[in-house]
Amino acid sequence: MLNIKNLQVKLEEEDKQILKGVDLTVEAGKVHAIMGPNGSGKSTLSYVLSGRDGYEVTGGSATLDGEDLLEMEPEERAAAGLFLAFQYPVEIPGVGNMTFLRTALNSQRKARGEDEVSAAEFLKLVREKAKALKIDADMLKRPVNVGFSGGEKKRNEILQMAVLEPRMCILDETDSGLDVDAMKLVSDGVNALRDEGRAFLVITHYQRLLDHIQPDVVHIMAAGRIVKTGGPELALEVEKNGYADILAELA
Amino acid sequence: MAAPMRKDEARVAATEARLAALDLPKGGFTAHARANALARLREMGLPGRRDEYWKFTDPAVLNATEAAKAALFDPKESQLFGGVDCVKLVFVDGVFDAEVSDDPVLAGVEIARLAEAGASDIHWAQELYGALEAKGQSPVVRPFAALNTAAATDGVLIRATAQAAKPVHLVYRHESEASDAILHHCVKIEPGAELTLLETGPAAARFNKVMEVDVAAGGRFHHVRAQGRDHERRAITHIFARVAEEASFKSFTLTVNGQMTRNECVIEIAGDDAIAHVAGAALGDGSYGRFHHDDTIFVTHDAERCESRQVFKKVLKNGAVGVFQGKILVKPGAQKTDGYQISQSLLLDEDSQFLAKPELEIYADDVKCSHGSTTGAIDETALFYLRSRGVGKQDATALLVLSFLADAIAEIEDETLAAEIVERLEAWLQRRKK
Repeated sequence: MLNIKNLQVKLEEEDKQILKGVDLTVEAGKVHAIMGPNGSGKSTLSYVLSGRDGYEVTGGSATLDGEDLLEMEPEERAAAGLFLAFQYPVEIPGVGNMTFLRTALNSQRKARGEDEVSAAEFLKLVREKAKALKIDADMLKRPVNVGFSGGEKKRNEILQMAVLEPRMCILDETDSGLDVDAMKLVSDGVNALRDEGRAFLVITHYQRLLDHIQPDVVHIMAAGRIVKTGGPELALEVEKNGYADILAELA
Repeated sequence: MAAPMRKDEARVAATEARLAALDLPKGGFTAHARANALARLREMGLPGRRDEYWKFTDPAVLNATEAAKAALFDPKESQLFGGVDCVKLVFVDGVFDAEVSDDPVLAGVEIARLAEAGASDIHWAQELYGALEAKGQSPVVRPFAALNTAAATDGVLIRATAQAAKPVHLVYRHESEASDAILHHCVKIEPGAELTLLETGPAAARFNKVMEVDVAAGGRFHHVRAQGRDHERRAITHIFARVAEEASFKSFTLTVNGQMTRNECVIEIAGDDAIAHVAGAALGDGSYGRFHHDDTIFVTHDAERCESRQVFKKVLKNGAVGVFQGKILVKPGAQKTDGYQISQSLLLDEDSQFLAKPELEIYADDVKCSHGSTTGAIDETALFYLRSRGVGKQDATALLVLSFLADAIAEIEDETLAAEIVERLEAWLQRRKK
């Protein structure tokens, strides 16, 4: 599904290479995790895949089901089925959560040549998805993420994911700022979306999220490259010994 | 001493030329007020660019003896607030048109036409006409308001003695290219009474309007206006309000297009525990020749435990210019004052400009006053967030513009009226999608 080959990226504003040749293939139905120390390039990878400004691709490729992601605008990538759950979801005062979600869903449907969803259908859809995430009517009515706690913001990200039904979901440090209960709620939301036709790329510092969202494959990223790939046991190894051992072993 | 003499001579000449071109109404109950206003105007003279409060806005088009033409504009959209049950009073190029207006009948509200009130003895209006304007000339002079009091040819006199069942809606049509309208309204809200006043439309090629609003104890006045979309129109408007104890005054203005608009609002909070909110949202696109929009606000706190808010937002593109001059004056003894002022601009490109002069002057020691002014572009992170969810760049920008304006729109208490304003904003944004 997601195919990244020798991806090299530098910051536009300074001559600083962040990704130095990333190779990664995520198959449909699978959950891949990327772990790594701060500054290893994990978040950069998520931003470059979703099309954020400020990065320059200096080499390599990234495709979603054969389509060149790097040539697309961010909204085109979304319509093609890519979703990034933000580490820091953005507050948008004055724009209702429902208005935002409906605009997003219908923009994607329009871009794919599908009919727009009516207000009534949409309301039903959102209420059903929101219930599972314990998001109440008041949260849906409030402006996007304004006044939300850290946990509410992350649950809102998962709600968007559930409503938009992307095929390729990238979760950027979704566990940051979550207490144990919120982590369980968010993980349950993600697990409920696990499906044959959908893939996940879960970026995290810590193994604990992976207790809840069990990955099929774990990658270790360091200094702009994937340096080690293994099964779920690799995450446990990181948890036990930290990154230093793995990095030392590779050096 | 020679230079200042010459400047004064020029000012006197400009003022006299402007007056000579006007047909000043005579007689009637306003005669005395008009004569006084004329004397005030001659004393202060018309403004020039060197005057402190005209540095950012060139008054030339307002000073000109003749109004330049403004092309008529068909907005091809339904009447704003058309769905709101109200008493509609229509002015065409500054002249009241009874034919297309509703009967001015509303329980608990007296409505009279200024041009016809002449000889009759409307006691309250005689006391109010020109009085708040005259008081509002200090400490900052407002020559176009004095000119208005002296020269206004029409307007409405509205007195609410109870809670009005529905709003009064003043509709200003612009049907003659070179019209030069001067309207003066007086509004009196008696103790405990309540009225909503709506104003919509461009009014004329050049429009000078004064509205004096006297809100007595416990009275409530709501004002929502939308200035017409005609690209070439010019307008200078003044609101002079006096707010008595436990009374409330709330005013919101939407400005979309217009070559030049200056909206002044002078509020005196005269009674304890009163509230005065004034807000504005302006959207300007300079690609239609010119867009210059100026909000000049002066709120005086002269009583205890009063609250005032000034919330002004401007969205500017293609060389549009926005000006905000706002002042909060807290007089000695006006303790426990809660004064707030915010002016913000969202610049959609690098060609547009926002000029702000926020002022606080406080002579009481137990008050809470804050003011802020910001200028910025669209937040790139928020834009990316919306786009990453599939919302196209133009739609995402439109959502962020509405987000930016939200605080100003929130000042409209009535949800139906607020929704109609939001609809017009959305339409403006849709029209400007590339």
